[in-house]
Amino acid sequence: MADFRAISRAVAWRSVHNFLTNKALLIPALIFPLFFFASFAGGLSAVGNVPGFDFPTGYTAFQYVFVLMQSAAFGGVFTGFGIARDFETGFGRRYLLAATDRRGIIAGYGIAALLRAFVTWGVLTAVALVAGMQIDGSGVDLVGMYTLAILINITATLWAAGVAMRVRSIQGGPLMQLPIFLILFLAPVYVPLSLLSGWIHAVASVNPVTALLEAGRGFISGDPTVIGLAFALGVVLPIVFALWARGGLRRAEAAG
Amino acid sequence: MTHELTTQVGQLARRSVVRTLRQPAQIVPSVIFPLFLLAVNSGGLKSVTDLPGFPTDSYLTFALAITFMQGALFSVINSGTDLARDIETGFLNRMALTPLRGAALLSGLLAGSLMLGLMQALAYLIVGLAFGAELTAGVGGFFVIIALSVTVTVAFGTIGMFAALRTGSGEAVQGLFPVFFVFLFLSSMALPLNLIQTDWFHAVASINPVSYLLQAFRSLLIEGWEPGKIALGFGIALALGTLGMLAASRALKTRLVRT
Repeated sequence: MADFRAISRAVAWRSVHNFLTNKALLIPALIFPLFFFASFAGGLSAVGNVPGFDFPTGYTAFQYVFVLMQSAAFGGVFTGFGIARDFETGFGRRYLLAATDRRGIIAGYGIAALLRAFVTWGVLTAVALVAGMQIDGSGVDLVGMYTLAILINITATLWAAGVAMRVRSIQGGPLMQLPIFLILFLAPVYVPLSLLSGWIHAVASVNPVTALLEAGRGFISGDPTVIGLAFALGVVLPIVFALWARGGLRRAEAAG
Repeated sequence: MTHELTTQVGQLARRSVVRTLRQPAQIVPSVIFPLFLLAVNSGGLKSVTDLPGFPTDSYLTFALAITFMQGALFSVINSGTDLARDIETGFLNRMALTPLRGAALLSGLLAGSLMLGLMQALAYLIVGLAFGAELTAGVGGFFVIIALSVTVTVAFGTIGMFAALRTGSGEAVQGLFPVFFVFLFLSSMALPLNLIQTDWFHAVASINPVSYLLQAFRSLLIEGWEPGKIALGFGIALALGTLGMLAASRALKTRLVRT
């Protein structure tokens, strides 16, 4: 256990250090969510006036939750890019050689992904509050919302780690990114599920991200909804993708 | 144009077109990605057509214009990456040993963008119309939209070439993609200008040329023939293309050191 902790701490420290000191990694991670937030909350604010749109907390808060979840997911994906780059440059193999408990490598990347997400969320939340975002949820509600975001971040990191350790090249980037992008945008991004119609409503109704988004929006508006389903997904998905990531680690070990 | 220049442009244009056609990895995402977003946005934002003052009852028609702009953004990356690869592999240095004119090199390389723009525009318009988008300007409007789309794509392609010549790196050109996406995001992409309520966003979108390019496409799709809006769209595209070409020519002079 001591080995596991030491390895995960070392891997996390290196990843976070790289993230904070490399502008090419830091700036996009901060800027992207802000642009999405500005574009959605600013450019689409009139959507809050659409007949049937019932979210008293306001459109800024409605979109904040989506961008929070999106940045959580993409924080995991970008960490996957880092893993792929480490294996491409040979650093990943050195990790495998040096680590006595290799699960610590994945845990280390996971911790780094979470710390990256905290930095992004801090900036995003500050901008949202300056932009006049209203919060009707209590402190406990907000803890619920951020816990969901953390679970999404863990799930996405484990997914991306599984891909990165199988492909072991940055060329696997689209494979990490595209499914996340698709599943996020096939959820009720702009309006609540009830205002969607046609095929997008059918897809969004069975999309797990919909429950996570609705729960998050319920928390920020102080009207919690679908909490049970959201947290069930938040627990099951990391377990499933932990197995996926462990499989990736085995493949990386087998590749030598 | 002299015979010599015509030959030079022709040879490089042929190479550029063949190279584009041989790279499905360039063509497929630039067609599929905008169509996917069109499908998602037209479903997800259908209800905004209920807003008073929204110009059409079909969000698909409204959003179809966005695909042409997204296609043009891909042109920045594709043309820039191709030229950067020529720089990285030494092709440009070999060209420097020939009596090739700079104008021929740039014009020839843009042929790939032109071809890609044509394929993209046809794909977006045909798919959009097949799924129920309206084209109020009729058959004539179809051809004007294609012409405008190709003009915009080539104009954006010059910016990609400028970036490639300045940086000499494909990775750096790829890194520009998000920067150009910002211009699209901070425009009247999702709602018409008159319905953007956030003051600062309205101000930015009002001075963003992308809003007026979108307006030109939308005028043909939604309103019919609006000469002022169409002329403004072509004017902006031509101005961007001219500026991009001038900047690329200057960067080429630095890059293409005659030996």
